[in-house]
Amino acid sequence: MALVFARTPTLKDCPTHYCAGCGHGVAHRLVAETVDEMGIRGRTIGIAPVGCAVLAYDYLDIDMIEVAHGRAPAVATGMKRTNPDKIIFSYQGDGDLAAIGTAEIIHAAHRGEQLTVIFINNAVFGMTGGQMAPTTMIEQVTATTPRGREASDQGYPLQIAELLAVLPGTNYVERCSLHNASHIRKAKKAIRRGFELQVEGVQGLSFIEILSACPTYWRMTPERSMEWIEKDMTKVFPLGRLKG
Amino acid sequence: MCGNEALAESAIIAGLDAYFGYPITPQNEIPAYMSRRMPEEGGVFLQSESELAAINMVFGASATGKRVMTSSSSPGISLMQEGISYLAGAELPAVVVNVMRGGPGLGNIAPSQGDYFQATRGGGHGDYRTIVFGPSTVQELVDCMPLAFDLADQYRMTVMILADGILGQMMEPVVLEKKPRRKLPAKDWALTGAEGREQHIVRSLLLKDGALEELNCKLQAKYRKIEREEVICEEYAVEDAEIVVVAYGIAARIVRSAVERARQEGIKAGLIRPVTLWPFPTKQISEAADEMKVFLTVEMSCGQMVEDVKLAVAGKAPVVFYGRSGGNVPSVDDILDRIRELSVPAKA
Repeated sequence: MALVFARTPTLKDCPTHYCAGCGHGVAHRLVAETVDEMGIRGRTIGIAPVGCAVLAYDYLDIDMIEVAHGRAPAVATGMKRTNPDKIIFSYQGDGDLAAIGTAEIIHAAHRGEQLTVIFINNAVFGMTGGQMAPTTMIEQVTATTPRGREASDQGYPLQIAELLAVLPGTNYVERCSLHNASHIRKAKKAIRRGFELQVEGVQGLSFIEILSACPTYWRMTPERSMEWIEKDMTKVFPLGRLKG
Repeated sequence: MCGNEALAESAIIAGLDAYFGYPITPQNEIPAYMSRRMPEEGGVFLQSESELAAINMVFGASATGKRVMTSSSSPGISLMQEGISYLAGAELPAVVVNVMRGGPGLGNIAPSQGDYFQATRGGGHGDYRTIVFGPSTVQELVDCMPLAFDLADQYRMTVMILADGILGQMMEPVVLEKKPRRKLPAKDWALTGAEGREQHIVRSLLLKDGALEELNCKLQAKYRKIEREEVICEEYAVEDAEIVVVAYGIAARIVRSAVERARQEGIKAGLIRPVTLWPFPTKQISEAADEMKVFLTVEMSCGQMVEDVKLAVAGKAPVVFYGRSGGNVPSVDDILDRIRELSVPAKA
């Protein structure tokens, strides 16, 4: 019988610690498939964030480093500047990249570092127990916004992709989503484009934001979570290519 | 060449691959020098957006096996402590230069030795140490750079150079020469892309039962070896001394003049000068204390190293402290007065 589908070798054959309906597993697979399809495993170094994806190196079979909360773009800068032949990517959540690490991502982008950044936006701090993130939606209930996020008190959801797209140092900015198969395919294309730009040596930082579900801390079923991304999140975080 | 430039050139001669840093007085000559010289040598210079970013750039470059350093001054070093703790947890080599200024807070930009506690106790969170040099001349500053890189690579840890504003700005003739490296282990842990091998992971999160204690035990065993093998200490006129002054860095140079003048007055004074502040010359001081001497510790702080001196003396002899803070430097006369005061009961 002909083999029509197989797990991509860079994705390890093991169960993950992620919750049911979480987007990290799918996003990991897209990264792993991209690395394998491009044949760059042997010169790729990945950076795991602080957050639920801190153990990404348990699932991605490539050289990886785990770094302090939010500092991935600085660590990536140190790696790429001293190893211009390597393909360096960071994989960061919204607590990591859009809160504590805002300075690092803005300045890595502003310097035009030749990096690929995968930004998982699930509108919440996952690992610490579902607290508000800068990307939390208005009226969204979290562990630290028990009455729902109010703009007058906690500000508005932070649109990082839009912020980065205006910087001359970014060469590609796209926001994708994992809420259905067709968008997962689009996300994979975007990830591939991000890596290709780096392989081609195009100056600048490529940034792929991915809307991803956190059913546990959204207090929704996985199915309802996908609807919420499609109907609610995409209104605040519109999908599509912002640059490049 | 001022001390800051001399140490920068010495680092380049020692094979520095990359320098990352952020401006702060009184060490600005280091990034300025590196920005000119590193590109000439085919190396990397990058001015970061913050000290937090600088130490994390060091973290990233070090993880790929490169020789890498940063420099800053006291408030900036406080910001770097997050990264220094992660370097310890991940066992990555790095060299960090702290050209100390007055504190706490923004303090002032005058020379100080107020960061001794921070440097010798690790500085950040968790059970770890950094090797700390406290050079007292520009030549010694130059000479400790290649050794610092070798020790960082050998033990896979941070080595800190604890200089001060005077040493950084001071101009002295120096000899810069390439020294042979120690026999160093291969960096077979480095992240280079997993071509034809299993993946390498650099991490400090250890959640499995017992794994973190195992790392801590490994680190402590390493630190005990360093305490046995890497202490550097200079003794001057200690053998027959009745008053032993303990001082490091620029303070030790002033003390040396005071000790020489005391000797001219017939007072039996001597100097123990730790060159490595951690590992501390506990044994040397303890042995001197066996002779029932009086100890005077002189620092440009409100009294930090004096605690290590007391631990080494362990109650065997009196330990007296004299220090100036807030960017003030003790004078030879001030120190000589203290030595004279201590010599009175000895004569009686």
